[in-house]
This record gives sequence, C-alpha cells and structure tokens, in this order.
Amino acid sequence: MPHIIEAEHLVKKFGAVIAVKDVSFHMETGEVFGFLGPNGAGKTTTINMLCTLVKPTSGRALVCGYDVVKEPNKVRHCLALVFQEPTLDERMTALDNLRFHAFVYNLPPKLAKQRIEEVLRMVELWERRYNLVRTFSGGMKRRLELARGLLHHPQVLFLDEPTLGLDPQTRVRMWEYVHELRQREKMTVFLTTHYMDEAENADRIAIIDAGTIIALGSPETLKEKVGGDLISLETEDDDKAIQELALKFNIQAVKDRNGLKFEVAHANTFIPQLTSSLSMPVRSLSLRRPTLEDVFIKLTGKDLREEELSGADALREWARRHGRRDRHG
Amino acid sequence: MLSENGRGATVEETGMAELRGIYILWYREVLRLRRDRPRLVASLGAPLLFLVVFGFGLSRPMGTLVAGINFTQFLFPGIIGMTVLMSALMSGMSVVWEREMGFLKEVLVSPLSRRAVVLGKALGGSTLAIFQGVVLLILSPFLEVKIPLLSLLWLLLLLFLIAFALSSLGVLIASRTHTMEGFQVIMNLVIMPLVFLSGIFFPLTGLPGWLSVVVTINPLTYGVDAIRRIILGPAVPSVVWLQHPVGLGEDILVIGLLTLIVTGLAIWSFSRQE
Repeated sequence: MPHIIEAEHLVKKFGAVIAVKDVSFHMETGEVFGFLGPNGAGKTTTINMLCTLVKPTSGRALVCGYDVVKEPNKVRHCLALVFQEPTLDERMTALDNLRFHAFVYNLPPKLAKQRIEEVLRMVELWERRYNLVRTFSGGMKRRLELARGLLHHPQVLFLDEPTLGLDPQTRVRMWEYVHELRQREKMTVFLTTHYMDEAENADRIAIIDAGTIIALGSPETLKEKVGGDLISLETEDDDKAIQELALKFNIQAVKDRNGLKFEVAHANTFIPQLTSSLSMPVRSLSLRRPTLEDVFIKLTGKDLREEELSGADALREWARRHGRRDRHG
Repeated sequence: MLSENGRGATVEETGMAELRGIYILWYREVLRLRRDRPRLVASLGAPLLFLVVFGFGLSRPMGTLVAGINFTQFLFPGIIGMTVLMSALMSGMSVVWEREMGFLKEVLVSPLSRRAVVLGKALGGSTLAIFQGVVLLILSPFLEVKIPLLSLLWLLLLLFLIAFALSSLGVLIASRTHTMEGFQVIMNLVIMPLVFLSGIFFPLTGLPGWLSVVVTINPLTYGVDAIRRIILGPAVPSVVWLQHPVGLGEDILVIGLLTLIVTGLAIWSFSRQE
C-alpha cells in the first residue's frame, strides 16, 4: 500500500501573501501525524489543500491514492474534517445534523442509526439529540462536530486544532476514542495544533514555520535535537558566568529574563562540577527534560506563545482568514 | 454500480449518487421551512398588502383595462409572479448565511458534487416559492377570477420553471457574494428594478419608449406575462417584438432559456475551486 497521504512541493499563494511555500511530506496508514506551529504558519491552508477546499498554486497531493485536484470527489469520500470554526447547521437539531451527514456519506439506514447513537453517546450528547444546535455551548458544538466527523469511519481524519475550547475531561475522552477508532479501523489522523501536550499524541510531527516544514520526526527524535537536558541557572553575575561556562565547559549559554539557559548531555553528573567551578554564588538552578516547545525555540529562535501574542502576526492571520473567506468558491 | 469500501459506506459513481445529493439538499430546505412556520406566514404579508393597497385602492380610478378585466384582476397574476420571483431569489441568501455560519464547509468537503448542491438548493428554493404562489391562488374566487383545472396544471409547471430559474440566480449571486450585506446590495440595485420593471404593476402596451425597451429586454417580463396569460386569458396586452405580439409560446421559450443559462452559470460558478 502506498502512502495514504503524499504531498509534493505544495505551494499556496493568496495574492502576494505566500501562505504555504514548498511543503512535502507523506503519511503512513494508521499513524497520527501532527502539524505543529504558531498561528499563521500555514497549517490550515495545508489542510484545506489536502481536503480539496483550496486549490494549490503549485505542487501535487495524493490523499487515499487520489489526486486532490483531479479527483476531488474520491478524496472527499475517504476523509473527514473537524474544523477550528463550527460547521454545524445551528437551526437543526443535533440528530438532524448527524442524519444529514449519514445520508450524504451514503450510510445504510440501519448502520446510520446505530452509529449515530454510538457517537452521540461517546460525546455525551445523546440526551440532547432533539435540541437545536443553536442552544448548545461552544464545547458541546465541538463535541458534536467530532461525533459527526467520525460517523462515516473515515480513512483519514483531519483535526484542525481539535481541542480548542474543550474542557480537559472531554479532551482526554476525545483522544481515547480517536485512538480506539484508529486501531479498530486503521484510521489515519492528521492533526494541527499549537498545543505542545496535544502534539505528544502524534507518532510523527512536522514543525512548520512561515509556510515551510523545518523539522520532521517522532516527538523523541525531535527532542533529541535539543541535545539533552535543559538547565536554567541564575547567579550573582550572569555575564561573567557566560564567560566561565564557555571557557571551562565549552558551553554556549543564552541569557533570558530569568537568567541563563543551556543544554548538557547528562545533567546529573554535570551539576556537581558546575557548582564547584563557578566563581560567583549561584542563586538558583533547575533542570528539566526538553519539550517540543524547546525544539521549536531551538529551530526558530522564537517562542510559540510570543508568536501567538504578537500584534502584527495576529493582524496577518486575520487578513489571511478574511482573504480566504472572500475568495471562497 | 455499488462497491463496498470496507467501512460500511458504499461508494457510488453513478447518477444515483447525484440524485441522492439533490434530494437531501432539497429535503433539508423543506425541513427547515416546516420548522419555520412563522416566516412562511409572514412572507405572505407583503403580497397581500400590495394587492389590497394597489388593487383595491387604484381599481376605481384605473377603471377597466381590457374588456372584462379590472385593475385588481390585472394585478393579481403580477403579484403572484412577484411573490414567486422574490421568494425564489431570496433562497440564495441561505447559501450566504450557511457560508457565514460555517455549515457550507461541511457540504463542500462532503462527497456531494457541486452540481448536486446547486440543483438541490434551487429545488428547495423553488418549492417554497411555488408554495407561496399557490397559497395566493386561493384568493382567486374573491377577485372573481376563474381558472380552469387544466390551466392550473400549466400554471404550476410555469411557476416551477420561473422559480427554478430565479432560485438558481439566487445561488449564482450567492456563490460570488460572501456577506449578507453584499447579497442585499445586489438584490436592491439589480434585482429589485428587474422585478418591478417586469410589468407586474402595469400593462405592457403604450409605455414610454425607454421603459418599453427595458421591459422588452427584461427576461422576467415574459414570466409575468405568461402567468397573466394563463390566469386571465389571451386578451391581455403583450410585448411586441418587431410588430409581432408575443404569445404564451414565446414567453415560455424565453423563460426556458433563462432557466438553462442561469442554472448552468450557477453550477459553473459554484464549482470553481479557489
């Protein structure tokens, strides 16, 4: 079996803005593949190209063996999407929304009935099935949306920031169900997120920044890129400490708002040496295992969260979304 | 041809899938209408108001237009036409609304073809429009208008054709506009003039030159004229094409062509991927 998703040199331009520039990757059947990156990095645009909502400016993508531009209908049959924004019909009941979906995806009536109950119970909305979606809270809507996406047991499930606005309990339950379906139905999951803990659910992760993939691998491989344990150090004289670290241990330390930061291969043997060889008193010292966030910082020199808060980026993101909406065909 | 894809769902590649798609989108529109009865009743308010205000208000000063037809009777088919036209057009608004709400995305990533989406939507819009037209027909005995049963059947077919053309036009506009406000602007600037200049309120003879030209090139004129001809008979004054008075046959030809062109355009416009 060839790869369930193959993307080759995907590019998408919106006018002068390059949302995605040259993205290539492939996915194996049954794996959870994560796209990790700040807002506006091109995650959603890539998903939209793969699920036939947006036409690539150049490049090629195969989903379930079908070309997304040449055979969009076949691609659509094999995938399901849970979007960031709600896509439910608010004027209909929860049950009607699912019935509509079941009919559109051609589920036989008996199976549809059984699956609808199954997914509604899973997201704990069975008791609310006759209520209009309009009356649901944000979290309930997302749960319903997930239930709907899983209804036709898609071969590929796209989850675009799936747990945005979900409470921790539902998050855990959702992942349990996704993993279960994945094993039972060999479902492949494509996930985009900017939450580190959520990215840990993935077998492989592509870190994406400014429209390109800058690293790809399992969470463990990626973390190894950081090079070991992370040490935060605060001393009476940080500038002098940087010099001494470079001189005595050949370590490049970086200064941040709380003091110094650097990596070492084995922190437990290094720390005793460190404290005895520095000339100034140490105020505080802490060590931790690297996270995916550290990988991101290491690769881009930026903080995921800083990126999120930056005004210019927020504006760009807004413009991008707005532009996407206006050109929708 | 059916083939199992191993997940319980069947993949169809034939016209059957197309028909199912059209059916479910039509059904959804109808379901929504059934849930929204107040709107259905309210939508009949305006045509009734027009009929009462213009019909009964102007009937005496206007006198008899054609032998045996007073102004209220003349207005009646026009009002039915207007109701069907407007109602069908406004159904396009639901597409814009669904885009804003997000639901359109669910439809667009589904295996439904774009053609099925357009046709299903247009059928749903037509159903509502015809329903409203038929409700107005109930008034005919009060206006002393007699419609033979066979004519009624023709009338239904005609109303369907008109409604389908205009619903498709609504979808066509909606495929190019992305806000409710934008849709309203086009409705007010382009569509309303077309509707009001289609001879709903006035006979088509003896018009000033410029108005006569506008009325003649406005395709909606022929729809309204056809309705009037079926309800009131052939005595109604008609549009003239190079000294040839236009009859029911030409009317239906124009409407038929309009339906084909607009529906084709709507499908084309809706199918264009970004």
